[in-house]
Amino acid sequence: MMKKSKRSFLKVAGIAAIGLGAFPAIHFASSDSHGTAHAVKSPNEGALLAHRWGMVIDTNKITDEVAENIVTACHKAHNVPDFNFEVDEEKYPNTRPVNHKQEVKWIWEEGFHYAFPDKEDEFLAERFHDLPFLVTCNHCKNAPCVKACPTGATFKREDGIVLMDFHRCIGCRFCMAACPYGSRSFNFRDPRPFIEETDLKFPTRSKGVVEKCNLCAERLTKGEQPHCVEASEGAIVVGDLEDPESEIRVLLNEHYTIRRKQSLGTEPSVYYIM
Amino acid sequence: MLEIAIKGSKNYWLWIVFLLAVIGAGAIVYIDQFTNGLMITGMSRDVSWGFYIANFTYLVGVAAGGVMVVIPFYLHDYEKFHRITILGEFLAVGALIMCLLFIVVDLGQPIRMLNVLLYPSPKSILFYDMLVLNGYLFLNIVVGWKVLEAERNQVEPVWWTKPLVYLSIPFAIGIHTVTAYLYCGLPGRGFWLTAILAPRFLASAFAAGPAFLIILCYIIKKFTKFDPGWDAMQTLSKIVCYAIIANLFFFLCEVFVVYYSNIPGHKAHIQYLLFGYHGYTQLVPWMWTSLTLMGTGAVFLLIPQLRNNKTLLPVTCAMIVIGAWIDKGLGMISGGFVPSPLHHVTEYAPTGPEITITLAVYATGFLVLTILYKLATQVKEEVRG
Repeated sequence: MMKKSKRSFLKVAGIAAIGLGAFPAIHFASSDSHGTAHAVKSPNEGALLAHRWGMVIDTNKITDEVAENIVTACHKAHNVPDFNFEVDEEKYPNTRPVNHKQEVKWIWEEGFHYAFPDKEDEFLAERFHDLPFLVTCNHCKNAPCVKACPTGATFKREDGIVLMDFHRCIGCRFCMAACPYGSRSFNFRDPRPFIEETDLKFPTRSKGVVEKCNLCAERLTKGEQPHCVEASEGAIVVGDLEDPESEIRVLLNEHYTIRRKQSLGTEPSVYYIM
Repeated sequence: MLEIAIKGSKNYWLWIVFLLAVIGAGAIVYIDQFTNGLMITGMSRDVSWGFYIANFTYLVGVAAGGVMVVIPFYLHDYEKFHRITILGEFLAVGALIMCLLFIVVDLGQPIRMLNVLLYPSPKSILFYDMLVLNGYLFLNIVVGWKVLEAERNQVEPVWWTKPLVYLSIPFAIGIHTVTAYLYCGLPGRGFWLTAILAPRFLASAFAAGPAFLIILCYIIKKFTKFDPGWDAMQTLSKIVCYAIIANLFFFLCEVFVVYYSNIPGHKAHIQYLLFGYHGYTQLVPWMWTSLTLMGTGAVFLLIPQLRNNKTLLPVTCAMIVIGAWIDKGLGMISGGFVPSPLHHVTEYAPTGPEITITLAVYATGFLVLTILYKLATQVKEEVRG
């Protein structure tokens, strides 16, 4: 398993390198013909690229411990507030008590019936009852949240990642109503007092904006795997859904997978191996 | 014309001071919300819209209801509505101002509000809602003002008010249709995902709006020398009657579809509202109160003796206004969010601060309405005197 993932990683990196080799030449040519100095957008050297990013979660490999590690890794690195954290009274005096219903989460554990409410089954195999299912943003191909956003603060990148501009979001929460997966959280309050240790590699958010999983776009661009993948001990794989040779396509070929609420036509990009 | 508003009786000023006090209290609480965020509300991750958006939705209906006096008067030359047409238009103005304020107080980042204009997003229904709401507000202010001014000067209103009036009719239908589309176009919300949502919104609007107008007519008759006319109120009450029956019928259709088809994602919400879901029953008494009020109101309006009873009519109208408010204000929004897309049940109730801000928004709307109605009634008194 590990061997395979290393090989495909090298393959992706290799393709990326070829692409990068060609990029400057193209941009040089185009900027020359226009005669104006355009700001050139080109991927970082070594960035992980895809036509459409997707994720496969092997539910057989997710134990409670692995799931917890994944959630912690993601939330810590993205400065997601933890409402159970005891606030430093000196730094943040008079912090009001929290309402746990207003919590923020990017990736979390759910029972089968909650992760897949449309697959309710009286006689579901018992082992599924206790399994933790990790749920997060599905980076839908037809994302209802992107359509709903009145300012373009939620947008879809060409490579399929649904991202948010925390500085453009007006906090209308239309995207939260639109998301059929409950993947979005709103900052009902300033999240900063509830961050144990701020990771300076990622911005903290202010109150009044929505946030969600960004598939670690900030890491992919540096050629690094998402935090959840790293912490998953091989249970989570991300890759290019449109590349038939990619590792995740091989996984999808070899296993029976399901997606959340497929019938809605949102085309989620997160697959679950059952 | 505005000078009329600063000359009034003691009662008038007491009422104005009362409204200003409510606005002031709400403003203080709003400063807290502005500084500390929407954490002061009862909203949550699962129920991400609450009292503000619910009242917004209801008031869009009240605003749209104003068209029920505009259509008979301008399209059918129904003379008896001549006196109250301006009241319908000004009611729409007051209601729309409240609508816009409710949107603003609901925003997490109100200072970025203009991003909606800076980055117009034609795929978002909110974009169109902003256009029709502001458009309808503008039309009603211009038309109402110009027509009233002409009446004061005892001349014909300037010619271009007519086309604007005609334009305001599709806008009235538009504001509530687009507001319904905000909800019914969302794939994961079984309660709202129904084509009858916009018709149902309109039916409840055409009941609640005119019913509220009838109550306002009673108040005007009591406190001013202007008489809106019993005949006009009678016709209005018939409109309310048809509309509230249509509203109940549409709801019945909804209930039939979800229960007979038995699709869980659609049924769960109505089950929650009418009978409770997995032991959560917070809204059940409210919903039955609402249905009883609207049902009884419909019966009272259907029987001519009861409808013609001058003492009963305002009570009936209040029943319909309150019934529709519970239905749309409490049930429609919470019902859509409970259970959540993952079928968790998180109930919602507004907090004290949330209610205070809501009341302040209502007070602002009523302040505008009071001033506009004072102008209208005074001008009409002057002209007749």
